[in-house]
Amino acid sequence: MMHLIVLPIVLPLVAGIVLLYRRQGGTRLKRLVGVGSTALLVLVGVALVERAGSGEVAYYALGDWQPPFGIVLVLDRLSALMVLLTAVLALGAVVFACDGDDERGSNFHGLFQWQLMGINGAFLTGDLFNLFVFFEVLLLASYALLLHGGGKSRIQAGVHYVVLNLAGSALFLIAVGVLYGATGTLNMADMASRLAELPAERAGLVTAGGLMLLVVFGLKAAMLPLYFWLPRTYAAAPAPVAALFAIMTKVGIYAILRVYSLIFGEAAGPLANLEQAWVWWLSLATLVAAGVGVLAARDLRLLVAYLVLVSVGTLLAGIGMGSPRAVSALLYYLIHTTLITGGLFLLAELIGQQRGKAGTRLVRGRPLQQGGWLAGLFFLGAVSVAGLPPLSGALGKALLLAAAEGGQRLWLWPILLLTGLCALIALSRAGSTLFWRSQGEPAGERLTWRKWFGVTWLLAASPLLVALAGPVSEYTEATADQLAAPQALIDALLPSAGGAP
Amino acid sequence: MESLYAITTGVLTACGLYLTLRGRTFPVVVGLTLLSYAVNLFLFSMGGLTTDGAAIVDGAGHYADPLPQALVLTAIVIGFAMTAFVVILAMRARSEVGNDHVDGRSHDHDEERSR
Repeated sequence: MMHLIVLPIVLPLVAGIVLLYRRQGGTRLKRLVGVGSTALLVLVGVALVERAGSGEVAYYALGDWQPPFGIVLVLDRLSALMVLLTAVLALGAVVFACDGDDERGSNFHGLFQWQLMGINGAFLTGDLFNLFVFFEVLLLASYALLLHGGGKSRIQAGVHYVVLNLAGSALFLIAVGVLYGATGTLNMADMASRLAELPAERAGLVTAGGLMLLVVFGLKAAMLPLYFWLPRTYAAAPAPVAALFAIMTKVGIYAILRVYSLIFGEAAGPLANLEQAWVWWLSLATLVAAGVGVLAARDLRLLVAYLVLVSVGTLLAGIGMGSPRAVSALLYYLIHTTLITGGLFLLAELIGQQRGKAGTRLVRGRPLQQGGWLAGLFFLGAVSVAGLPPLSGALGKALLLAAAEGGQRLWLWPILLLTGLCALIALSRAGSTLFWRSQGEPAGERLTWRKWFGVTWLLAASPLLVALAGPVSEYTEATADQLAAPQALIDALLPSAGGAP
Repeated sequence: MESLYAITTGVLTACGLYLTLRGRTFPVVVGLTLLSYAVNLFLFSMGGLTTDGAAIVDGAGHYADPLPQALVLTAIVIGFAMTAFVVILAMRARSEVGNDHVDGRSHDHDEERSR
């Protein structure tokens, strides 16, 4: 089982190559390979979580080049959790896509697998440059997936998304270059141990590099001044792709958590917690902007896209607080929000399909063919995402609110609760328009089991997260403790650290 | 050598940034290309400039830092792929939307009216 760590990258890579074999036709076989590979990824994710749950930090040296010289994949509790979360989300999305969405363009399943490869790689890598490479892999796949099926709005959103991310990649490379120039290494653990004995004249360079990285990760995570690409892109993307994109902003959140807890942790001396003040204030501003956006959205998909933004603001606030308790709460909230917003994107597509011409726009339309079931699921998702008890959103938010200390409470409590109220108002308005303000004959076709499975699989996470709140929060607490003590990771990777630089 | 290198990188970055902020897709694509050239040059120099250094062969003597060279190769390959993609995307956008503005709507109309 030594090679288990590399499987989340190799498996989708191989599946993607196999899927390239025929561009057209062979639909059944393609679906089988795509779903099979994703289901296997879930199993691999479970095995990884089990392995990392013991608290051991394992690494996989590619080509047996030992760190800090070779490229390593690092498995700790956080990366294992993220890989499992990605696989669970992807399984719902890919089964949903098998109902015809994958045939609207070419190579859907292959691109989907490569996107998973990029995401998993970004979660597992222990090397700053490889983080860039995996970001590019997942972005390239996401560019093509976003345009899957074509159409004017997708192309327009795509141009913005691609150009912004290319500029972001350029900035990422500059930041990596600056950090390499100042510390002489790219391995994150090695960089952390070298920062402790950094000559004072290089501190400015490292600060500049570290904050440039924050801009790049902020662009991926959609932090306030950098989020304007998100609502249009997510609203324009095909439903299964939009559902998978729910994890993409979390890649940015993960990168912020990883880089600033490991490299700029307590051991970094004057450079410790470089990002905290920035992230804290920007997260609150993001929350306010997202709350306004939620209220202003006139389309269900746009509304869900702004709900993604609300979750980003909430998660960043957890990072901004910085205490292990806040990090534990944010990880719990992260699992909840990723699966639920993904499920809501799928649900919005189903509602749009059943309303005929009105689609997902929040206007009077025809009644839905299977309105009862859809309304039930919408209610479940809305209660969960707005953070009402008894579902997981309320639990996650309560944990975060409880983690705020002193002056932080004064800011976080009103803003977070008011944003929740905005979401509640917007969702109840949307729900009553979609399901009650209708006239004419029911439109649309009955839905197949694949679509029901995709939506239910993701939305069922919410009651499950409440039922399993004990074990899940135990795991996230242990993860937060592990992140707060990065020395264990550094020691595991570099047994001889502290000696010669 | 150092100042020439720094000025070249700086000028390329400035031109790239200016063009990226333009309103039409063609200048934006050219701007992104210039930006990626500038970044490649910057990466190449990130371990400190070594003049007259050989590539690392025997491990002994005066040699250039090999890591930036490897990284620059990776960055060049990725940059090429991205440029190709963004050119195709810009052409698709031109044919689907009907104009080459990044926002998909032509501002010439308004300008003419305001004159």
